[in-house]
Amino acid sequence: MSKDSPAKAPRWALWLPLVLFAGFVALVVVGLVKPKNTDIASQMVGKPLPAFTLRAAADERPGLATGDFQTGKPQLLNIFASWCIPCRAEAPVLEELRRQGVTINAIAIRDHKADLAAFLGQYGNPYARIGADDVSAVQLAIGSSGVPETFVIDGKGVIRYQHIGDIRPEQIPDIIRLLKEAQ
Amino acid sequence: MLPEIGLGLLWLAAALAGLQLLAGGLSLTANGKGMAGIVRPVAMVQGVLAAAALGILIWLFVQTDLSVKLVAENSHSAKPLMFKIAGTWGNHEGSMLLWVTVMGLGGAFVAAVERRLPEPTMMATLAGQAFVSLGFYAFLLFASNPFARLYPAPEDGNGLNPLLQDPGLAFHPPTLYLGYVGLSIAFSFAIGALITRQVGPDFARAMRPWVLGAWIFLTVGITAGSYWAYYVLGWGGWWFWDPVENASLMPWLAATALLHSASVLAARNALRAWTVMLGVVAFSMSMVGTFLVRSGILTSVHAFAVDPRRGGFILALLAIYIGGALLLFALRAATVTEGERFAITSREGALVFNNVMLSSILGITLIGTLYPLFTEAMGTKVSVGPPYFTPVSAMFAVPMFVVLIFGPMLRWRRDKFSRISPLLALPLVVAIAAGGWAFAVGVRHVLPLLGLALGPALVVASFLPLRGRSVLRAPLSLWGMVIAHAGIGVALFGMASDSAFTVEKLVAAKVGEVNQVGPWSIRLAEVAPIAGPNWTAMEGVLKARYDGGAEVTLRPQSRTFWAPLQTNAVSALKGRWNGQLYTVLGDETLSDKGESRWQLRLWWKPYVPLIWIGGLLVALGGGLALLSRVAQDLKRRMARAKGGNRRDEVAALAHGDAAKGDAA
Repeated sequence: MSKDSPAKAPRWALWLPLVLFAGFVALVVVGLVKPKNTDIASQMVGKPLPAFTLRAAADERPGLATGDFQTGKPQLLNIFASWCIPCRAEAPVLEELRRQGVTINAIAIRDHKADLAAFLGQYGNPYARIGADDVSAVQLAIGSSGVPETFVIDGKGVIRYQHIGDIRPEQIPDIIRLLKEAQ
Repeated sequence: MLPEIGLGLLWLAAALAGLQLLAGGLSLTANGKGMAGIVRPVAMVQGVLAAAALGILIWLFVQTDLSVKLVAENSHSAKPLMFKIAGTWGNHEGSMLLWVTVMGLGGAFVAAVERRLPEPTMMATLAGQAFVSLGFYAFLLFASNPFARLYPAPEDGNGLNPLLQDPGLAFHPPTLYLGYVGLSIAFSFAIGALITRQVGPDFARAMRPWVLGAWIFLTVGITAGSYWAYYVLGWGGWWFWDPVENASLMPWLAATALLHSASVLAARNALRAWTVMLGVVAFSMSMVGTFLVRSGILTSVHAFAVDPRRGGFILALLAIYIGGALLLFALRAATVTEGERFAITSREGALVFNNVMLSSILGITLIGTLYPLFTEAMGTKVSVGPPYFTPVSAMFAVPMFVVLIFGPMLRWRRDKFSRISPLLALPLVVAIAAGGWAFAVGVRHVLPLLGLALGPALVVASFLPLRGRSVLRAPLSLWGMVIAHAGIGVALFGMASDSAFTVEKLVAAKVGEVNQVGPWSIRLAEVAPIAGPNWTAMEGVLKARYDGGAEVTLRPQSRTFWAPLQTNAVSALKGRWNGQLYTVLGDETLSDKGESRWQLRLWWKPYVPLIWIGGLLVALGGGLALLSRVAQDLKRRMARAKGGNRRDEVAALAHGDAAKGDAA
């Protein structure tokens, strides 16, 4: 045995897989025990939008800043990305909301100009303004955890509602009602 | 009555698994050697009983026995027969029963045919297999009884998720499960070898066909699943780095690494501890993947069978089995020597590189899949998508493909690069030509360019190990390697083509309108309602011409199922030698003027079917390799049996002589 065993891993290295696995189990236990927190929304609802200024993500629309929401009129803030697949499904729904007179501003998450242009070209562009959030900084600051998400913002720039996931066609009346309530 | 019989069979099978564990374990002790005789028969009966229980559940689904809760919740009398059968495993309980059945049958098969290893190692292996099975039996019987009754029985069932009512999907989960759970055999072999400290070429040779078999099923399952997602989900993509897809990719990566390191161990008696480690990791990834999917801890588009309450149970099983195996590894691996040494420039060196790269991709996939969980524990939520997975996995995959071009031509033990470098001229020329062509037609992104250049080079290079050999006389296992590696190149070219060349168009078309996508002109001829067995649909009739050629008809549908009520798009595809036209019919929209328009999504995807053709080639290569291993084993057995007969005859003659001598 000894003649062919010069390259042995150090003893501690053999324990490494077990230690890593223990870390995995600990992580998952935390995940299982902690109640599923889908209402992060409630923490930000009722609070004003954090201050931010984002450059324009697409050539055809201006960028987005907190001030753009202080117009006296409730608006939607849609968080999306060209690489996000549910966002494609959501595009016609946003288009329908726009047709009904809703102003939709957007933040594009970690996107490239060319990809975004292709996305808007194919799925339509219902947005009044699109800000670019390249490191998800604003996304995290407003309590959004993924794409797509949509916030109802009242005329003073206060968050009134957070919708997680894509808006389905049957949810359009709810969104319209929430916008009316925000007035 | 039948459901109770099924449940009874499950309990019996579980009891036999207990006996198998006990007898197998005792047979390793000084006093319990007598127990060894029953282990193999018990393993076989256990497998048959589990299979019988699954058979009964399938029968209940076929009969649509609504007094069984599982059937009522997941089936419907109006469903076509094939989907009634597929409904058996399209839910949590049924899929877990399929899991234990595959484990049981795998163990039974090993018990019946595997005789190369020392008997104590086999006993430890079968005991290990029983130990793992036992946990899953407990999970079935205590937390997910598939035979639970429902009082009173409802008038009709809920139906199966319409996305799952597809012929491809009827056989996708069983295939994948054969792969996932087939790896449990490698896991048990690793445990058996660690317990009895028998890690050597024999162990690798005995384990290899089982890993190969599981790996083939995994390859086919992943390929089929990717194609299913491609044409059923109607998103036109073939891989989404969804947690469930990652859950199937990770065991595949580990099994691929394991296959290669087992080859090194079998041929050269090197990489001992590493091979055992991979044997443990491969099935561990199957279990972790199942857990992540089933516990609902990660949200996923695949959440068909999620139940968070059961998460704790599966986690406990994971902790026991994976934790236990890794603990055993930590305790015993130090006594398993690393084996023979080799130079860096050698077949072993290339295989070690491949192993490290495969393991790295496995690692980054695992990290990416778990990362949202990690940040959630820290209090923030994130989602990790293709922007992370694609470039980071490419970072390891690209060097691996480069080594794959020349690695198989290196000699074992030590070699000189200068010996094989003249042979590399051909793949190099092909890579430059293909890359140049891609650049010339306007591909500018780095990864698609690399893929388009490396894919064809890899295909050509894969055949180089056959040089100087008679094509017909070359061993089957060599052909297996050649075809599997070429398949990787073919699939790579398809993947790169998808990113490089796909043309996509979303239009709201009036009936009669003609749209152009890539070289195709497509006319929406009409939209008409049609009815199926359990759905109605609006069907679009598209008349498409490729580059002004002959007209072909595509019929994409927007289907509405009524049990459960759900709409989904059924895409229509038209393949050509150079790609695939992909069409989806969306909703009807009324314009402001009251005009009716239909949303149409059109894709022209050049060379994309090569992804799945490549995947199937990889599986075919595995099949050839497996065939050659089995044939070799049979030949060896026959030779031994013949030798045995001869010995018996000689003994009989000698005895006869002796008897004669006595008489005289």
